[in-house]
Amino acid sequence: MTETEAFEHPFAKYLRAAMMPHIWCSGCGNGIILNAFVHALDEMQMDLNKLVVVSGIGCIGRAAGYTNVDSFHTTHGRPIAFATGVKLAKPELEVVVISGDGDLFAIGGNHFIHAARRNIGIKVICANNFNYGMTGGQVGPTTPLEALTTTTPYGNIEHPFNLVHLAAASGATYVARWTTLHVRMLAISIKKLLQREGFSFIEVVSPCPEIFGRRNKMRTGLEMMEWFRKASVIENFSDPAKAEITPERIVVGEFVDVEKPTYEKLLHDKMAQILKESED
Amino acid sequence: MPERHWRTPLDAEKAVRPKAEIHIIKDQCKGCGFCIQYCPKKVLEESDEINARGVHPPRVVDEKECIICSFCTAVCPDFAIFVKEKQCKDGC
Ligand code: SF4
Ligand code: SF4
Ligand code: SF4
Repeated sequence: MTETEAFEHPFAKYLRAAMMPHIWCSGCGNGIILNAFVHALDEMQMDLNKLVVVSGIGCIGRAAGYTNVDSFHTTHGRPIAFATGVKLAKPELEVVVISGDGDLFAIGGNHFIHAARRNIGIKVICANNFNYGMTGGQVGPTTPLEALTTTTPYGNIEHPFNLVHLAAASGATYVARWTTLHVRMLAISIKKLLQREGFSFIEVVSPCPEIFGRRNKMRTGLEMMEWFRKASVIENFSDPAKAEITPERIVVGEFVDVEKPTYEKLLHDKMAQILKESED
Repeated sequence: MPERHWRTPLDAEKAVRPKAEIHIIKDQCKGCGFCIQYCPKKVLEESDEINARGVHPPRVVDEKECIICSFCTAVCPDFAIFVKEKQCKDGC
């Protein structure tokens, strides 16, 4: 075994050294998602000057500050709105949103469905940790039925969103779900996401042992990962409507992979057409 | 499980198994145990020492057993472990 300094890590150049080690709890999945993301960048030899990372509020929101590229940490729920502006102004840039389930699907829910409907060519990676971890563990739009949170001490009675079904129904051209245990598939999926033109979405089921897990009989990251290991089944291109996450079953895999013209292309084509007509 | 019939690969004598060099950035580890639990070859274990974060970082049990699958590198949330192939120019 070799004792090593942090800057020697093969992915160190993708991270802002001054911000490391990050503040995420021990056993939190956010670090695995960041790891898979920079792994994909590394394998693709991505031009970092062409990449923009945008995130919202929540624990994973720090990902924008940790990646060593042009990035922006927006106000709550607004990363997709900000990313839309960047993509329309500079369509040649690769714009990636990394945010959480609460930010993207509660306060930011309308931005998500309409960006997907319009097929704006931004890429969204959502860490689903089943609750509002950063603010103390309140119930959120993905909290499973009967789960205990600080605001549902007797068990949650709200039906959760099935994010892959929501994304597919809203018109996303690429939809996948993995857990943080599927690190290989996740990195491959992120590479695919980055190579696509249209609105693309990956949900990553992620452990939050400190805030969600410990109220739900999973005190450590390992216990949450063991749940993922036992419950997940890979079913590529199965019906996303039937992919609800339950304690017994987490369907993972790719759900949608289609092509259609992007909003920014249609917009710029339309502008060119109007200009031409006004000249004639 | 069905019984499996393995045969020895034809080039088994010529093939050299690459040697691993496991790097652990001890003070960056938060002790989640993912690398230890999910290493397919059980190469790692929890050490007794306490690092700057107050947890036990992993230590290597037997580096020779490592197959350089890099699962530990990928699953570590804290960028605290990575594996390289040992450069054996002068033998090792
Ligand atoms: S509160 Fe939960 S999601 Fe936030 S850093 Fe801790 S474990 Fe991760
Ligand atoms: S590279 Fe694979 S075999 Fe080697 S220590 Fe890491 S997980 Fe274990
Ligand atoms: S996965 Fe990383 S943080 Fe967790 S025990 Fe291993 S080296 Fe430490």
